[in-house]
Amino acid sequence: MASIWEYANPVKFIRTTDRVLPWLSAAAVIALVVGLFWGFFLTPDDYRQGATVKIIYLHVPAALIAINAWLMMLVASLIWIVRRHHVSALAARAAAPVGAVMTVIALATGAIWGQPMWGTWWAWDPRLTSFLILFLFYLGYMALWEAIENDDSAADLTSILCLVGSVFAILSRYAVNFWNQGLHQGASVMRAGALAGDTEERVSNVYAVPLFVCMAGFVLLFIALVFLRTQTEIRARRTRALMARERVA
Amino acid sequence: MIALLVRDLRLAVRAGGGFGLGLAFFLIVTVLVPFGVGPETGLLSKIAPGVLWIGALLACLLSLDRILALDWEDGSLDLLATAPLPMEGIVSVKALAHWITTGLPLVVAAPVLGVLLSLPAGGYLWVFVSLALGTPALSVIGTFGASLTVGLKRGGLLMSLLVLPLYVPTLIFGAEVARRGAEGLPVATPLAMLAGISFGVVALLPFASAAVLRINLR
Repeated sequence: MASIWEYANPVKFIRTTDRVLPWLSAAAVIALVVGLFWGFFLTPDDYRQGATVKIIYLHVPAALIAINAWLMMLVASLIWIVRRHHVSALAARAAAPVGAVMTVIALATGAIWGQPMWGTWWAWDPRLTSFLILFLFYLGYMALWEAIENDDSAADLTSILCLVGSVFAILSRYAVNFWNQGLHQGASVMRAGALAGDTEERVSNVYAVPLFVCMAGFVLLFIALVFLRTQTEIRARRTRALMARERVA
Repeated sequence: MIALLVRDLRLAVRAGGGFGLGLAFFLIVTVLVPFGVGPETGLLSKIAPGVLWIGALLACLLSLDRILALDWEDGSLDLLATAPLPMEGIVSVKALAHWITTGLPLVVAAPVLGVLLSLPAGGYLWVFVSLALGTPALSVIGTFGASLTVGLKRGGLLMSLLVLPLYVPTLIFGAEVARRGAEGLPVATPLAMLAGISFGVVALLPFASAAVLRINLR
């Protein structure tokens, strides 16, 4: 049996993902359509939150991906630092914009949900604030990739930024928790009521099952997008190499 | 290492601008705040610890690209890299020099500027302590940011984007210490967290900065 490192070969990676991608995309679409349709039309309105509860089917899966995309980038960065597989670095690069967009979706849907529920678009609640900081981390990471011309140095530098950023992201998460309790006592009440969807045991099964389908759909979508974007990165790099060769010849 | 530190300090003092710039910026921020929020004493004394911390942080940020950019431009960074000094030592000394020229004046000036913001009487000591403990972390984190962007043209703006999220925990705990101190509340927990961040960052981050700098000098 071949080792998994074989897929670090770009040719092999593209060939394999090409075979997997249609199935993956189809599964993602099916899961998303089923989950969202089920969630939006087939579940009853919540007795307290009314129809607005249904935004949970976008909000929670997006938040899930937003956090785990960074985790995936961390793993990919570690693999690049240790074993120097280019596909790994490119996959980390490919995942960053997806994660950033998911963070924005989570923040935006959270604001749309929070407006009727809390009476405010934004509160300096620990969870909200740490997501905003996570978004800043994504921005910085992508900007650093764009700014450096040499591909290998860019991969090295962004990998180290990702490692250091992860430590600080966790640190911020707890710092923000602490900070908020010291500042606004009221926020903890709002958090308990409105973000109840985040603690899964509080959601009744009527909502939880389509929510899980949606989450599966988002995960599949994320994997498909990362595969696709990694392929694009590899091909873009090849094109650049070819053009450079032509210029020399 | 001491020679390098002395050289950096001399350069900062004599080359003009670098030394007093952060301090002047800090003064300007502090003076601008009452114009922005109004000169009401009660409001000012409430936000004074936070404003002092943000001012110090921004002043630190402003001077970050001086840590390495000048040495990069005139090639002395390459010479330093080939010197028998380990890269970790170089970045540590650079961070220390930055702290002495920027952080230390800010720490000393903050209680004085607190007067302008009608800081409560109990707050002076804690603003001083929290800044004294927190600004080294700002310098070390900033050195990491400066190492990341050292080879880039117009890296300054990018560096702010990279460094600001990293500053968040330090800012939160530092301002928390100052605020609680000013209100006469117990400060032990945030103080311990701030100290933990500072010592942890000083101990570990130079390795990351050195690794990054080696990549950039490759």
